[in-house]
Amino acid sequence: MSTTTRTRPATARGLDDSFRALVRAEWTKFRTVRGWVIGMLIAALVTVVIVLLDHSSCGIVTPNGAPVGCSATIGPAGEAVTDDFYFAAQPLTGNGSLTARLTALTGQPSLGSWAKGGIIMKASTRPGSAYAAIMLTGTQGVRMQYDYTGDIAAPGKTAQAGSVSAATPLWLRLVRSGDSVTGYESADGTAWTTVGTVTLAGLPGTIQAGLFATSPGTSRITSESITGTSSSGGIAYATAVLDHVSLASSQPAGPWRGVAVGRPGPGTGFRHSGGRFAVTGSGDIAPGSPNDGGTPVERTLFGAVAGLITLIVVAVMFMTAEYRRGLLRVSLAASPRRGRLLAAKALVIGSVSFAAALAGGLASVPLGEWLLRSNGNFILPASGLTQARVIVGTAAILAIAALFALALGAIMRSTAGAITTAIVTTVLPYLLATTMVLPAGAGDWLLALTPAAGFAIQQSQTAYPQVIASYTPGNGYYPLAPWAGFAVLCGYAIAAFALALVLLRRRDA
Amino acid sequence: MTALAPREASRARTASTAGATLQAEWTKARTAPGTFWLLLAGAGLTVALGLLADAATRCQAAACAIDPAKTALIGVYLGQAVIVIAGVSAIGGEYGNRMILTTLTATPRRSIVLLAKAVILAGLVAVTGVVAVGGSLLAGRLILPGHGIGPARGLPPLSLGDDAVLRAAIGTVLYLVLIALLSLGTAATTRDTATATGTVLALLYLFPIIAAVAGAQAGRHVQQVGPMTAGLAIQATIGLRDLPIGPWAGLGVLAAWAAGALIAGAASLRSRDA
Repeated sequence: MSTTTRTRPATARGLDDSFRALVRAEWTKFRTVRGWVIGMLIAALVTVVIVLLDHSSCGIVTPNGAPVGCSATIGPAGEAVTDDFYFAAQPLTGNGSLTARLTALTGQPSLGSWAKGGIIMKASTRPGSAYAAIMLTGTQGVRMQYDYTGDIAAPGKTAQAGSVSAATPLWLRLVRSGDSVTGYESADGTAWTTVGTVTLAGLPGTIQAGLFATSPGTSRITSESITGTSSSGGIAYATAVLDHVSLASSQPAGPWRGVAVGRPGPGTGFRHSGGRFAVTGSGDIAPGSPNDGGTPVERTLFGAVAGLITLIVVAVMFMTAEYRRGLLRVSLAASPRRGRLLAAKALVIGSVSFAAALAGGLASVPLGEWLLRSNGNFILPASGLTQARVIVGTAAILAIAALFALALGAIMRSTAGAITTAIVTTVLPYLLATTMVLPAGAGDWLLALTPAAGFAIQQSQTAYPQVIASYTPGNGYYPLAPWAGFAVLCGYAIAAFALALVLLRRRDA
Repeated sequence: MTALAPREASRARTASTAGATLQAEWTKARTAPGTFWLLLAGAGLTVALGLLADAATRCQAAACAIDPAKTALIGVYLGQAVIVIAGVSAIGGEYGNRMILTTLTATPRRSIVLLAKAVILAGLVAVTGVVAVGGSLLAGRLILPGHGIGPARGLPPLSLGDDAVLRAAIGTVLYLVLIALLSLGTAATTRDTATATGTVLALLYLFPIIAAVAGAQAGRHVQQVGPMTAGLAIQATIGLRDLPIGPWAGLGVLAAWAAGALIAGAASLRSRDA
């Protein structure tokens, strides 16, 4: 290898010959140490081994011995949803509108924050079908919600459940025109405010239009412990009272029919007398949440953190082995430009770690899904793009954490110190936060501030403000958005490399 | 000293060898750069994570099942990692720079070398542990009652006068000592700092992960055998019946791991070339 320093600038084509030779030298160093290659194989295997240990199960065994697994309602976009409510409905063919005057929204045993009552237009009575609704909520004012995930707050100062009465009613209106539905609200039935217009793709010619009510269950924390909180939840009901109901349609209006969608619970129904409707329902029309018991796909990658420990050990040794017995002097004699040496090492260890982690992930996801399903678990649907982000992203955070460890090895020059630092900043915060050793608040801080924030890339499900649920790291919900968490980890790795470069240049070999 | 000590060497001579080896190991530990700072960092990080947990834990519910001692002492999860470095470096460092050759030339009876290292390490870590546990309990005592976690809710006060808290405090110091010995034994067995550090940290941190996926029944068994999951049962002061393993039995499991590692380390030292 030539030791003359060439100053030819790196071309846009990328690697020049001497760097290529340097990478080849580092690759040779890596592949000829048997322990390091075995370490990489273990890193890939351990992810799979841990997923094989997963014995979580879901569902019930029927009296005749046949197990019935868990399932979920699937919404129009293919995601898991909750769709349990009661409504008084009738078919609406073609364009038309439904108007009603709401005079009360009450709850039993109490009115929940997201208890809701109002009017709804829904593709069919099948749970999970497309819908748009305008409603009054327990404490969240007037809202227009659609297709489970959509939630639009009415503009300005809106009516509240406590202030709506026969004297100060709330008028609600939904107008269908083709695939789009527009929601309006009004205090007097003459001056209408538009709340929102939404498009429900593929809405059939004849839909159901009606008056609905529902309320998510109450949940009161009865006991808190370091391993979690236990709460006593109960079924809750919401009753909406409406009058001045008018359905404007090209077809003559028919009779109002009571329909229970999903499992709205016992004791739900509607009463109709003299143009006044009282609809009582229980449940929720909302996106799926950790309350529903589905299993997110990233559960099958839980073992990745075990693989990470091995990757960190190998990555640190790949650097600190240079400091033992003066190998670094030989390496630097061969490649006097120290930054390039570090870059070549990073390229080798990063690529190998990524490949090992990706192989482990690609094997454990289908294997884990099959195992979880055979134990009755319901794997929450996620789009192909999301699944790719979870699997490739996990391999990427493991590779970047390995690079972080490599840089720590160069900074600290102490094998034990660098390995421990890398593990306590990546593995330990994840462990403390997800296995509920720490209270959720402290766990959130750790997963936002430490390099372990990168694990956010694994989150496949979305947290929604319109659902009250335990969105904790243990349930797979991270304090940072996936790419924000990824960026935090990258930030740590870049900072460590910058420091390593400065120290490598300044210190004697 | 002759290289081959006769088997019938007098007891007095063995004792003086042990004394001299102990003295030598103490000098090494005392003069090695960073020993003091490393142990100080171990105690400091323990107290720091404890403070974070104290500050972030609140109890609103009427029936509060948050263990004050466990919350205050949670920093051990982090502090033990520094103790692992100390334990592994106590012998791993000698293999790294070949000092081990000099050590074994001076004291050919290899088990005595390991024993002397274990005694010095245990003493240093015990002192570190007392500082770490004392600081953590003090912080917990000052912060936790204000967050609804204290005698007002029927929880034990964070005082050494309380039997359970005293057991948690002494047990946590012993826990750290045993972690150090586990690390020393593992490093003597593997003779490689990196492998030993990775192995011990994996032993500590992987069992909770496996327990979390293994389901309730199998997970309990996993927690009973894991050195950290079993060993930290010593910190529980409430809900003892729900523990996967009893406090002292749990510490016993960790002691068995440490003893196993030390025996393997001694066997490795005796049977292999340095």
